Amino acid sequence: MWDADQRPVIKFSDEQEQLLGVATNFARDKFPLDRARKRIAASEDLDRSVWEEMVSLGWLGIAIPEEFGGSGLGLAEVVTVVEPLGRHLAGTPLVSTTLVAQAILVAGTPAQKGVWLPKICQGAIAALALVEPHGDWNLKHLTVQARPEGDRLVLSGIKTFVTDALSAELVLVSVALANAQALVLLDKAALGAAVIEREVVIDETRRSYRIKFDGVSVATTNLLQPSLSAAALKQIDEAACLLLSAEMCGGASGVIDTVVDYLKTRKQFGRLIGSYQALKHPVVDALLMLDAARSHLYYAAGIFGDPIEGELAVRMAKALAGDALTFASDRAIQFHGGFGFTYDCDAQLYRRRAIWCEAQHGDAAHQRRKLADMMLDLQT
Amino acid sequence: MSPDKQDLDAFRREVRAWFEKNRPADPGFLLPQSFMEVGTDEQFYFLRDWQRKVYDAGYLGMAWPKEYGGGGKSQTLQDIATREMVRQKVPFMTNTIGLNWAGPLILNMGSEDQKNAYIKGILNAEDIWCQGFSEPDNGSDLGNAQLRAEPDGKEFVLNGSKIWTSLGKHAKYMILLARTNLAATNKYEGLSFFLIPMKIAGIDVVPIRKLTGEFGFNQTFFADARISESCLIGQEGGGWQVAMATLAFERGAVGGQAGGHSMMSKEVSEVVRLARAAQRNGHPAIEDPVIRDRLVQLIMEERSLALNSARARIKPLVAERPGSIDMSSKLAGSEYQRRLNQFALSLQGANAAYYVGDKNAYERGQWQRSYFNSFSATIGGGTSEIQHNIIGERVLGLPKS
Repeated sequence: MWDADQRPVIKFSDEQEQLLGVATNFARDKFPLDRARKRIAASEDLDRSVWEEMVSLGWLGIAIPEEFGGSGLGLAEVVTVVEPLGRHLAGTPLVSTTLVAQAILVAGTPAQKGVWLPKICQGAIAALALVEPHGDWNLKHLTVQARPEGDRLVLSGIKTFVTDALSAELVLVSVALANAQALVLLDKAALGAAVIEREVVIDETRRSYRIKFDGVSVATTNLLQPSLSAAALKQIDEAACLLLSAEMCGGASGVIDTVVDYLKTRKQFGRLIGSYQALKHPVVDALLMLDAARSHLYYAAGIFGDPIEGELAVRMAKALAGDALTFASDRAIQFHGGFGFTYDCDAQLYRRRAIWCEAQHGDAAHQRRKLADMMLDLQT
Repeated sequence: MSPDKQDLDAFRREVRAWFEKNRPADPGFLLPQSFMEVGTDEQFYFLRDWQRKVYDAGYLGMAWPKEYGGGGKSQTLQDIATREMVRQKVPFMTNTIGLNWAGPLILNMGSEDQKNAYIKGILNAEDIWCQGFSEPDNGSDLGNAQLRAEPDGKEFVLNGSKIWTSLGKHAKYMILLARTNLAATNKYEGLSFFLIPMKIAGIDVVPIRKLTGEFGFNQTFFADARISESCLIGQEGGGWQVAMATLAFERGAVGGQAGGHSMMSKEVSEVVRLARAAQRNGHPAIEDPVIRDRLVQLIMEERSLALNSARARIKPLVAERPGSIDMSSKLAGSEYQRRLNQFALSLQGANAAYYVGDKNAYERGQWQRSYFNSFSATIGGGTSEIQHNIIGERVLGLPKS
């Protein structure tokens, strides 16, 4: 983390470099912005052909050990794929599926790992059901209940913002079980009794659902190891911060390009509007915010999992990437003038993505609150 | 031949021990934080003696050629020594312009005579250097410099004035950008670059009082001051190229500096300490949620600067917009310092209103002073506003303003 002169070091592997190159080209070819608009308008939840390509590139198994069919790398390598996808506003279940796999790796039983991890490597989509109608970011604030009945668990309550629930072969649900938090795996059959309703969400590249679990029951063998469920929730939260940061850094870079293109071509009062400092300077500020966030992102990726420093780093990355994408996309709308107020202008797509990502796993202010508690109360 | 890791570790231990043992004691007065702030003779002599001590110990100019007074060793060793100075927060090396700008310039482009005449005095602080670039009417527009250097036989005659001459009172030499040809086809081609003596007839250094109430900057007036043509460095009419090369050294874009640090930046850890000491509603200020949020933002921002440098060393992670981090580091760093200092003032509550000189001022009023002085970096070397233009145009490709 630190070199002999106590300067921070960013670890960056050959695999990361290679994946970054491949993913940058892939995202550019497969996700031009008109594709994002087609995705928004599409009736199907998922673009199967692109998903299959991502699966065949091995991206679903990047952070899964080889014994389960993955590449045995880590989340740092997943970051290098997620960032370019975020730049092009790709809406895919890659992040949610990766997060479910991470939870299974941390707290799954040998049987659960043996069944689900190979399937995920082969493209099975997994969804996360963590958020509840109260909207609290604290993942331990649970009203969904699991009540034991013999060798089964009977669920009740509602989860919201479950993305790709209808495409998913597996849904990971956080529940309160005997006053403790627990995680339950539901396959398609178990979900049969649930009421699944499509949500209208701000990021229209997403397919999001509200699930009412009343009457759903599963075998207790679907419970992740209870003694490890707190660790699994922590892993999900920190990995989500990391991958959302990657997605947002990518988005910030994309929207900066979008607004810069406009400032270089649009003329008013006989001048290219990019020559006006009132527009130029804030775009440079956005670039500086992106540069800082991206440095934090790759630092956090390199030390992910480190006991304290790892959590500090992902929260800083999420806070700064959130601020960067928020500021860049907000200004991009404004700097497109009248066109910026229309649905046809791409700036709004990035602004919607920013709000979506900020709403997931805590916005910048929430992260800073957590950081303050971690850093400022240690008496030195 | 580069030293191996074991040698480097041994050297680092040696340097660490030397600075721990030899660091100067508190002089009993407030020290400046950079060469731009040296306002009193007692500050100047204290700092000059310290630089000489570091040079005599062999930790300055280590990679400069031995025949001119350097150490003739590897840059890696100098970098280790420099970082140790920063780490231990020992006083900075006060002959900054000589060590970082004039010195590397002379070693790069100077004649043999110039190297022999100037390099050693730069290192041991015997010869202090100052810079004659900015003029009262040409701050950010350096290429428009108007100070006249009129050729007259084997001499040039200087008329006009330069401003913001740090260390001007103590300087023996100046690097000077002056206009030698009024008829040149464009403003840049009429410029030449000189290494001139300061203690000659016709040069008058007049102190400028800074916003802090202290001195340190000067305006230098030239009235028929005569210098020899041997003072030229580079070609007559080639001054703009030499000035650009000098700025590249100044901004750290090119290596070759003598080493040593030139500035003592404030760190957020000092402000966190201040927040523990300061009071809000009968409690330590660090318990106030708004203050905590600001502290976290500053901690992240300080870390951003270090992490940006770390990322800049990884090529694939800067491929998208090359040069972005290097070009924005001055803007990001100087604006961070300004905001950090400002926040440190507000933390002091009612006591923020004390100033240097009052015995009740927190830490001798150093935060009040450093807040004001932080503007020297957001204005000097190209204002933050000019930096925004440069980054917007060169990194993002936006049209010129």
